[in-house]
Amino acid sequence: MGMTITEKILAAHAGLNEVKPGELIKAKVDMALANDITAPLAIKAFKTAKGKQVFAKDKIALVLDHFTPNKDIPSAIQCQEVRKFAKEQGIVHFYDVGEVGIEHVLLPEKGLVLPGDLVIGADSHTCTYGALGAFSTGVGSTDLGAVMLTGEIWLKVPPSIKLVYKGKLPKWITGKDLILYTIGDLGVEGALCKAMEFCGEAIAELSMDGRFTMANMAIEAGAKNGIFAPDEKTEAYVKPRATRPYKIYQSDPDAKYLFVKEYDVAQLEPQVALPHSPDNVKGVSEIGEIKIDQVVIGSCTNGRLEDLRLAASILKGKKVAKGVRCIVIPGSQQVYLDALKEGLIEIFIEAGAAVSTPTCGPCLGGHMGVLGPGEKAISTTNRNFIGRMGHVESEVYLASPAVAAASAITGKIASPEEVL
Amino acid sequence: MIVEGKVWKFGDNIDTDIIIPARYLNTSDPQELAKHCMEGIRPDFAQLVREGDIIVAGRNFGCGSSREHAPIAIKAAGIKAVVAKSFARIFYRNAFNIGLPIVEAEKVVDASKEGDVLKIDLDRGEIVNLTQNQTFKIQPLPDFMKELIADGGLIPHLAKKGGY
Repeated sequence: MGMTITEKILAAHAGLNEVKPGELIKAKVDMALANDITAPLAIKAFKTAKGKQVFAKDKIALVLDHFTPNKDIPSAIQCQEVRKFAKEQGIVHFYDVGEVGIEHVLLPEKGLVLPGDLVIGADSHTCTYGALGAFSTGVGSTDLGAVMLTGEIWLKVPPSIKLVYKGKLPKWITGKDLILYTIGDLGVEGALCKAMEFCGEAIAELSMDGRFTMANMAIEAGAKNGIFAPDEKTEAYVKPRATRPYKIYQSDPDAKYLFVKEYDVAQLEPQVALPHSPDNVKGVSEIGEIKIDQVVIGSCTNGRLEDLRLAASILKGKKVAKGVRCIVIPGSQQVYLDALKEGLIEIFIEAGAAVSTPTCGPCLGGHMGVLGPGEKAISTTNRNFIGRMGHVESEVYLASPAVAAASAITGKIASPEEVL
Repeated sequence: MIVEGKVWKFGDNIDTDIIIPARYLNTSDPQELAKHCMEGIRPDFAQLVREGDIIVAGRNFGCGSSREHAPIAIKAAGIKAVVAKSFARIFYRNAFNIGLPIVEAEKVVDASKEGDVLKIDLDRGEIVNLTQNQTFKIQPLPDFMKELIADGGLIPHLAKKGGY
């Protein structure tokens, strides 16, 4: 019987010829990651279990990206714990301020995650690497601690659902719009514990940055992983970065899916997720006038070069509306440098935006843009739960960098069409 | 393993930012986390909850972040079990891994009101709503999972076994 790309990767890492949905497997991990919030607990778990040496120094990435540069003393202490452990253990892929980027922007960029890999991360957005045709999923710190100890994890093979995107992508429609539309359709529990396989002509047209954005938000539909079949765009992205062999998997034509959904994207307008759930999605023309206090452009969802280019193309020669705070956060040092060389940073600053060093910061209400009571933000991030970006009475609207940039100019949630 | 306590009732899609907002994640100290448990939706929860109480919630409990601080905050607040219609995937693993028993039981959730007293018998696979005098069958936990919970979670369980 045919297998999906997810099933093939899981089978290969479990040393089996075939796996079926529902089967429990023990799988070998190619890359394990944790950040400054989840690593301290994973290290504690590792030590409590009497761990002496990690399973492989070059298969663990520790990325200090959430509350860095240190936002307060307790955060500084958490980073110290991770720094000390990385040094003790000789962790090869340890990233600290100055080199650090947001983990899910950084790891693909450095070639640390590759097609066909099995990646386990103590961060729910670890599912991002599915864009490369890898199986990747988030776990808690204890599971990650056990992976650091053994190099293995038990997993239940997920059933796959196939999402087919037909038609040509209209202007301004990005990976963010496709994934918001999909989450709006499936609901936040719609893909619970399942593999979301993205395909179709609109997906073939989509850039790697757009695919990272889509895979990143698979968790917002409850999925275990999101995945794309590698194509020539994947190869072009991976080849200059890879320092070890990798394997391309494709789903068999007779692979089994729990269900298949087809979406026609040709008439799609920019999408916005309203408070307080990523599945509360509407077209930008349907939401009425919503005045905003803050705009955030960045994050593991939309902090890549293409995202900044898109935002800059709209903000060029324009000004952020009075009374609106626009914060732009490149996802990695490389993205920052590329944006600087291309003149994007200049465009943002001239428009009146604040540009920050890479950090997860405001996305989870950590620092660098926390919201006060009653404030509204439009953000290119991934979650708009109650209190996500600050005060419990603040509101977060999720959208693409194009909508976020247009909204910064008008001071209310706007389509890019309204400002160009 | 028997858990008996008062019900705190919540709705669907209780996410990890509600359970423990990220602004408190600059520590992993359970007692500190417990002070802010459920703050996003019920600010007085941490003050009112009593040792032994039970959370009863709707679908997709624990959706969102992978933060293990969420089940840790719940456990440290004194909650002895969570009963929900369904759980988000990462929360499900995390709860067992830190030794917080969780039960999927749709009918129990529909039948239980805030303040009811539930008796959860994980060995016999049954939940009794003592207030309403109703009994529900649940999937009993396998022995290895009961042992894991009794040891206080995956890591103490592994440490007890030793040999790494």
